[in-house]
Amino acid sequence: MATTQTAVSTRGKLFVRPTWTRGIGSWLTTVDHKRLGILYIVSAFLFMGAAAIEAFIMRLQLLTPNMNVVNPDQFNQLFTMHGVTMVFLAIMPLGIGLANYFVPLQIGARDLAFPRLNAFGYWVYAFGGLMIYSSWFLGGAPDMGWVAYAPLTSLSHNPGLGVDFYMFGLFISGIGTTGTAMNLIVTIVSMRAPGMTMMRVPVFAWMMLITSFMIIFAFPPLTIAFLEVILDRTFGTLFFVQEAGALPILWQHLFWIFGHPEVYIIILPAFGVISEIIPTFSRKPLFGYPIMILSGILIAFMGFAVWTHHMFTTGLGPVVNTAFSLTSFIIGIPTGVKIFNWLGTLWGGSIRFTTPLLYALAFLVTFTLGGITGIMVAMPTFDAQVHDTYFVVAHFHYVMGGGALMAFFGALYYWFPKMTGKMMSERLGKIAWVFTVVGFHLLFFPQHLAGMLGMPRRIQTYPEGIGLELVNMLSTIGSWVMGVGLILILAGVIHAFLRGKPAGKDPWDARTLEWTTSSPPAYYDFAVQPVVNSLDPLWVEKHPGAMGGVTAPDPESGKAYDAHGIHIPGQSWFPFVAALALTVGCYGLMYDNIVFAIICGLAFIFCIFGWAYEGVGGTHLHLDLAEEGK
Amino acid sequence: MPMRWLRRVLPVAVLAPLLTSCSLQGVQSMFSPAGSIAQEQLDLFMWTWYLSIPVMVGVFGAMFYVLVRYRRRKGDPEPEQSHGKPAVEVILTIVPVLIIVMVAIPTVRSIFRTQSHVVATSDDIQVNVIGHQWWWQFEYPDLGITTANELHIPVGKRVILHLNSADVVHAFWVPRLAGKVDLIPNQNNQLWFDTNEDSIGIYYGQCAELCLGAHAYMRFRVVVSAQDDFDTWAADFQKPTIQTASSDPLVTQGRQLVANKGCIGCHNIGNYAEGVTYGQPQFPDLTNFGLRHTVGAGVLDATPENVAKWIADPQSVKPGNRMPTLWAANDPNRDQEAAAIAAYLLSLGVADTNQALAHASTGGY
Repeated sequence: MATTQTAVSTRGKLFVRPTWTRGIGSWLTTVDHKRLGILYIVSAFLFMGAAAIEAFIMRLQLLTPNMNVVNPDQFNQLFTMHGVTMVFLAIMPLGIGLANYFVPLQIGARDLAFPRLNAFGYWVYAFGGLMIYSSWFLGGAPDMGWVAYAPLTSLSHNPGLGVDFYMFGLFISGIGTTGTAMNLIVTIVSMRAPGMTMMRVPVFAWMMLITSFMIIFAFPPLTIAFLEVILDRTFGTLFFVQEAGALPILWQHLFWIFGHPEVYIIILPAFGVISEIIPTFSRKPLFGYPIMILSGILIAFMGFAVWTHHMFTTGLGPVVNTAFSLTSFIIGIPTGVKIFNWLGTLWGGSIRFTTPLLYALAFLVTFTLGGITGIMVAMPTFDAQVHDTYFVVAHFHYVMGGGALMAFFGALYYWFPKMTGKMMSERLGKIAWVFTVVGFHLLFFPQHLAGMLGMPRRIQTYPEGIGLELVNMLSTIGSWVMGVGLILILAGVIHAFLRGKPAGKDPWDARTLEWTTSSPPAYYDFAVQPVVNSLDPLWVEKHPGAMGGVTAPDPESGKAYDAHGIHIPGQSWFPFVAALALTVGCYGLMYDNIVFAIICGLAFIFCIFGWAYEGVGGTHLHLDLAEEGK
Repeated sequence: MPMRWLRRVLPVAVLAPLLTSCSLQGVQSMFSPAGSIAQEQLDLFMWTWYLSIPVMVGVFGAMFYVLVRYRRRKGDPEPEQSHGKPAVEVILTIVPVLIIVMVAIPTVRSIFRTQSHVVATSDDIQVNVIGHQWWWQFEYPDLGITTANELHIPVGKRVILHLNSADVVHAFWVPRLAGKVDLIPNQNNQLWFDTNEDSIGIYYGQCAELCLGAHAYMRFRVVVSAQDDFDTWAADFQKPTIQTASSDPLVTQGRQLVANKGCIGCHNIGNYAEGVTYGQPQFPDLTNFGLRHTVGAGVLDATPENVAKWIADPQSVKPGNRMPTLWAANDPNRDQEAAAIAAYLLSLGVADTNQALAHASTGGY
């Protein structure tokens, strides 16, 4: 029997459903989780490059006192865009992109539950990000910090369009993030391979499940806050207009009840990545798997009960400060447990020092230090000194840069062979690691001292003679060293594409299902539906009986699940066009062209209907396993 | 080999903390506390810092041991596929709990000691602090004084600041005395601190919450002086010396220019004429300007040259501020007239001990 495809439905009500497999059209209309994952990852790294350039300019400006590389307004735009980009357009989408690619593969599903929603999520993220970046060319970027404290965002204090770009861009990309989170939840809950109980789900997928729940609860307050500012600025309401008696402090509550969970939305996927890398390279299962899951859930739950620790200096009083200080301390417990359990995984293993593991170790060190300073800033008494200073800047860069980002660099090296079929150079990777890690600490460690010596955040210069020269110079030199590391990582990627050795299915001798597919996986992911009867199913298959005497199920047993053929969802124009209409409509609102905005809004609604009535489409695939070489 | 290594590393290990502990002192450093609040904030930090040393040694030490001991060697047996040991996991959960408790107890005690709302008594110095983009207004309601960018307080008294903002959110931060509290529009915040007998001197402060524009230059000074000196300063403000003529022609010219150039359209100068309030409240009060130590909200020392430079071209000193440039760049009279205004402003106020004291004590660190 040869491999055949039977179309589920070829009719397209409006657009003919595209069937390209290559070329730009295939990427614009794709609903394949792997392609969307790659789009996410590539876009996130591109935005990260922009954010890094912004950071280098800022560090250059702060090299010595009274430098004039940029003026104060430009500096405000630089740090605002750096923060917005790193948080919303780089690190968080990187986690989502990795989830897109690997969650289905890890749980033995062949796609996300709602492929077109997934595509829509990517496109609104990409367009929202591009929209924010278009502000550089349309009169100036947002300049009020990534936290956008009211009343800096009101028309009287900030008449330019920068604030509008920030509000609209993040508003629409937030829609995509929320949709993708729901998609991941449904996928992980209902599309796991036969036999994969919740307590057999790989930790990365587990952390993405928890993250997705956090997104669903954290984004609505932010979206409401954005909407209120948009209404203030576009339609003249008075939510945050302090001249009319509004209480600007309310913005801070709405922002941080999103903002602190956001920190965990960024870091939990990183925890997941670390929990994949460390077991693989110590050839042991994760130490305390149930505790790791439970502590992830605890962190997520408590993450919603700590937001005012960003507001200890806003005069909330000793009782509120005490309460939120204690809840913040409590988060230190599950986090500490996680660090101990990663050490426990390494303990007694057979540790191979590959580049991904080196990044995981760098993560452990920086994250421990970031955790310690996290406990320190959770003490309101001490925070009264270091809040809004470089101490805090150092703290969150240790957590988000040295923590999340190092983990994601590890993930890049770890999963790159799976995504491309090529190995990255270990030697180049290790050299890049040395520069990145040394540069990182040289860049951010002195900033702890800068803050305690009296340097506030978000200042474009500092006076001579108050003791800030040395720490700033070290920091800037560190940025150059880290910059070399980042360029070497990029060089490693290019090198791998040009001369990377073929990776094969399972280059790291790993433990989870994604390593049972070809590299890169075929568009149908798994030739035969995997069936699972333990944690680390691949390890059990390779070492029968090694894990508590379990033997893997017969690999042929999944065939029964494929009797109807593998459903490959059809490509679609609607997600792309809907996202485009939404974005363009926001420009209409920003430039007070209401008619144009309404037309775009109608186009958007039309696309949603088109999408709904278009049907799932696609084909059923009957694989000839012999022909496919399986 | 180990001895040689030790000999090389040990001096560095001992000296490095010593060296850094010296350089950590500074005019705006929380490591040089001069009041009980700042001291308490530093003490709490030092406690957690000492507590974190065993944590770091434990975690990094264990990590180092594991990496060396369990690195892959040829002919390694397959590691035991252990999923964890409940007893170990319980212990590893209790350890962070204990550490957290050791941090939490002193933290809670210090929160209530330093951040509780206090009710003013007649013995306290009360000041309304109003943040403006990008300068500070200080009002002493009990003394009837309004001044800008320089907070004067007598040593040893408890100081209660009532914080508010005229525009956006600012943060009042004096690291050596009090830490910081935000100034938020439509909200009254309180910050209190005290000083001890050794605290006489000048303290640097700065706005710590982004307020756009000249945020980086929104600085100020706190002058802690002996009670007598403070009383002299206050009396001088309550009844500013009216100065209509001077033996110095530059000062006389400056006084005319202050009116002709429109300075008093924005700024009140209590010394200008008896019983008249000039200017508007959203601009800094210049009464007794000669007693100030800085110009431009803590940006430059108030020397005649600096004040003239500031008046002639404020944007070059403090980019983004709202002071207009009064002369065309090529105006031949600019420098002379600015110097005259500077001379007039610096002549205001009776020179007293504050000034001498101040200049002596900033050189400190």
